[in-house]
Amino acid sequence: MKFRTPKTLRTLAAASCISLLSVGGAAKAADSTSPIVIPLHNWSSQVVMAYVIGGMFESMGSNVEYVPADSQAVYESIRNGDVTISHEVWQSTFGKSFYNAMAKGGVIDAGTHSATTLEEMGVPTWVIEENLCPGLPNWEALKDCHEVFATADSEGKGRWLEGPQSWHGDLMPVRLEALGLADNWTVKFAGGADALWTELASAKKEGRGTIIFNWTPNFTDADGFTFIEFPEYTDGCRVADGGDGSCGSPKGWLKKAANYKFPKTHPAAYTAFSKLDFTTAQIGQMAALVDTDKMDHKDAAAKWLKDNEAVWMPWTK
Amino acid sequence: MMQVLQKNKFLQFLLLIVVFILLCMFIPATEGNWLWRFEPLLKSLPVVINNSVDYLMFDWWLIEVYDPEIEEYEEKPMMRQVTRSISGFILFLIEFVRELMLGGVKTIVTFTGWDWATENQWARWPGLPWTVVTGAVVILGYALGGVGLACFVGFAFTYIAIFGQWEPSMQTLSFVLIAAPTAILIGLFLGVWSYKSKTVENILNPLLNVAQIMPHFAYLIPVMVFFGIGDHAGAIATIIFATPPMVRLTNLGLKKVPAEVGEAGLMNGCTDWQLMRRVLIPSARRDILLGVNQVIMQCLAMVVIASLIGAKGLGNDLLIALNRLRIGLALEIGICIVLIAIVLDRLSLAWANKQTDYFADQSFKERHKYSIWFMGIFVVGLALAGVGQMIFKEGFNYLYLIPHNKGITTEPFWQAGVDWMWDTFFYTLKGFNEWLIIDVLIPVKKAFLGMPVVATFTLVMGIGFIVGGIRSALIVGAYLLFIALTEWWDRALITSYLMTMAVLISGVIGIVVGTLCAQHPTATRILLAWCDTFQTFPSFIYLIPVMMLFGVTDTSVLIAIVVYATIPAARYTVIGLRSVPAELHDAGSMSGVNRFQRFVSIELPLSFPHMALGINQTVVFALAMVIIGALIGTDDLGQLILGSLSDKQGVGNGLVLGFCVAFIGLAIDQILRTWANQRKAALGID
Repeated sequence: MKFRTPKTLRTLAAASCISLLSVGGAAKAADSTSPIVIPLHNWSSQVVMAYVIGGMFESMGSNVEYVPADSQAVYESIRNGDVTISHEVWQSTFGKSFYNAMAKGGVIDAGTHSATTLEEMGVPTWVIEENLCPGLPNWEALKDCHEVFATADSEGKGRWLEGPQSWHGDLMPVRLEALGLADNWTVKFAGGADALWTELASAKKEGRGTIIFNWTPNFTDADGFTFIEFPEYTDGCRVADGGDGSCGSPKGWLKKAANYKFPKTHPAAYTAFSKLDFTTAQIGQMAALVDTDKMDHKDAAAKWLKDNEAVWMPWTK
Repeated sequence: MMQVLQKNKFLQFLLLIVVFILLCMFIPATEGNWLWRFEPLLKSLPVVINNSVDYLMFDWWLIEVYDPEIEEYEEKPMMRQVTRSISGFILFLIEFVRELMLGGVKTIVTFTGWDWATENQWARWPGLPWTVVTGAVVILGYALGGVGLACFVGFAFTYIAIFGQWEPSMQTLSFVLIAAPTAILIGLFLGVWSYKSKTVENILNPLLNVAQIMPHFAYLIPVMVFFGIGDHAGAIATIIFATPPMVRLTNLGLKKVPAEVGEAGLMNGCTDWQLMRRVLIPSARRDILLGVNQVIMQCLAMVVIASLIGAKGLGNDLLIALNRLRIGLALEIGICIVLIAIVLDRLSLAWANKQTDYFADQSFKERHKYSIWFMGIFVVGLALAGVGQMIFKEGFNYLYLIPHNKGITTEPFWQAGVDWMWDTFFYTLKGFNEWLIIDVLIPVKKAFLGMPVVATFTLVMGIGFIVGGIRSALIVGAYLLFIALTEWWDRALITSYLMTMAVLISGVIGIVVGTLCAQHPTATRILLAWCDTFQTFPSFIYLIPVMMLFGVTDTSVLIAIVVYATIPAARYTVIGLRSVPAELHDAGSMSGVNRFQRFVSIELPLSFPHMALGINQTVVFALAMVIIGALIGTDDLGQLILGSLSDKQGVGNGLVLGFCVAFIGLAIDQILRTWANQRKAALGID
């Protein structure tokens, strides 16, 4: 027998059930033993952090499972419950995928890290040291030195190497236009992060200037990378928000996402996950263990957990 | 005049070109001019597909399911329950094989649940020491193919172990060991069925074409939505990708079996099943084995892509290594993938070629010698692992499992190699690169984009008409029309430009190299081995050095495509030339032609149909690579497919874009295949 109640009523009932559960849950607080699925993407800090968080959950008695996933496609999986959490949601790169999945339902926002991020066009620091384009990092310098950044396929214009178009659409071409640089500059979309790093490495070898899209915290920080200072970001300055687009990127957030059932199935683990909060320095440490010290990702995570018990232990309480 | 035109195809082509150029010159490139670009009438198709998939997966046939985890009833769609149980089954198989080799708890969990397994921490399945697994495959190699195969297999597995890639390799292997046999069985089944029923063949053919040409990225998202993320999703995507050649080759092989053979079987009183199992399939074994070879190659070619939707193992490690530009490490991983491919290929080949010895009257020891050997290896391996436990105090038992990154590595050597390549070639190549981009690629690209849509239709349908009559023209036109009515016509033109350039280069290289190598059996063997290697070697690895040398430009994209797309051109050329009967060679020699004349007037024309199919496959391979090109940075269909991974309408966009790519390939396929068949008929072969 199945009887139907009006939808609102049902939601209300469900909501009160949940609140009852969470009240009663404190007493029971027994996390489910089914594994928490953590995604692995293809950059060091994310992988180490995945193992760090996994280690933290394991110390609380949960079962953990890791699954390789594409960093854009993963939000659809979180939504469907195939993956439980994502711990590095970058505002400008993954914000769109994250909010798309959230709008469809099934993904919840599990808080924000202290680490602030910046995702912006920039140059390797040696370009400034060698004064290839006097006046950088101020963007006005770009008006006079587009030749330095020209490539074979840019037809004499200076080139910005943007990330794939799926990351932020036409943001950069629009910005060029709005800043009045479009006559001398063009945007090329790279296919992925690998292409950006390769460009960085080969430009350095050749001693040629290059402007690429990059972000911080990132492993490139270690070799020196300077972001171009565009007119400051203000609310509503982007075309999508009604502005003309002549502004730089905002300081971005780094969020955590989770499947909507996670708080119910693993209340203790979810509480720890929502408290979990990394700073830029900590993320840098984790990446450096792999990138600089050439450790294995799992070993690096184990080492970090051992060295930083004071940091993460309180979250699990 | 008309009669001359009807007879002379060359004149027809000439006329077509003239019309084409006139159209290009006189149609203005203005917005809203339908002769220039069609209205995107199919613009909403992706949305429709997306909504239907959403409906199917999330809203259709809801059933109440109790979720013990949250102690609530939840409405779940039926479809999802069905697909997820398929996923669960495949995942169970993969985990089972994996845990045989590496140990773990998932298999136990399947029967007991997580609660029990968490309480009873002792209930963990121990993995086998790498020495035992290696020993076992060596015995298998010996049993199937003798000492040579045993040595090779032993070398491959030892390499994998001592380079510290054991764990990811076994993860990859376990996933391939499920995906490949499944693909082979499905392929065999569909191949036989399409041999038996013309209707099935007619239905299957276009589906196979699409499955083969559609870039795998296009169906990653649908697979993920339907089946969830994980090894099973990777396996399913791999099966979709790897099955078509098996179906094709099974069907082809069965058709080639002479009718007499089947009749002989019938006269001996075979049932249908016996006829198939004992007579037809063994007679068609050559083509079927080629199918098995292709399935294995395709499965390992998918390892990296599959890791994007959750397949564990080498693929993911490779992507991580490449993200830090660690080419040396990536190369070692790539070699592991190739080694696994070759090992599986050789073992399956040896198994299929092994004759049953019906007359042997062997003793117990003879019959069970391999099992006895294995027991021996098992005991020795365990003992060694025990000894290792005592020797290696610092936590890594090298005789049990050489941990990741604790093996030997040749990374510095390769890294130095890349640096050397840079220092030696960069400045020479730079000039060439600039010339190629400025004087060739940009003008060609602009020419492609400057074609009015009507001119493109005239040209392509005209060629279709000249080659295959009105039927071909209509089929080709229909494919084009679909693309022209989406909003991605310009993107499709860029894809066509990249593909055309790549096919031209690959075709020339492939045919020349293939021709040269076909002159000598050893050279042929070496070339075919190279083809196998490069077909499985993950193209991601050479993307980085190529991008270093040529920048994020179309040159890099072209090189990446050419490396891969040359394989079929070379392979089919060799096969074509070697299939020219020796009698014809002799007949030619007797008529007094010299070697060169014989080549030009006998071998070349006779192997033309084969070469055309090779070019056909080159087109397929080139289109499959547009997605890899997109990873470098293009503005074609591939880039949009990549973008659909994060899109709200990802499923619909991805599929429609995939169809656009597939239809480009199918249009060319239609023309080339018709032509090749006509030539074959005219030459009286096949």
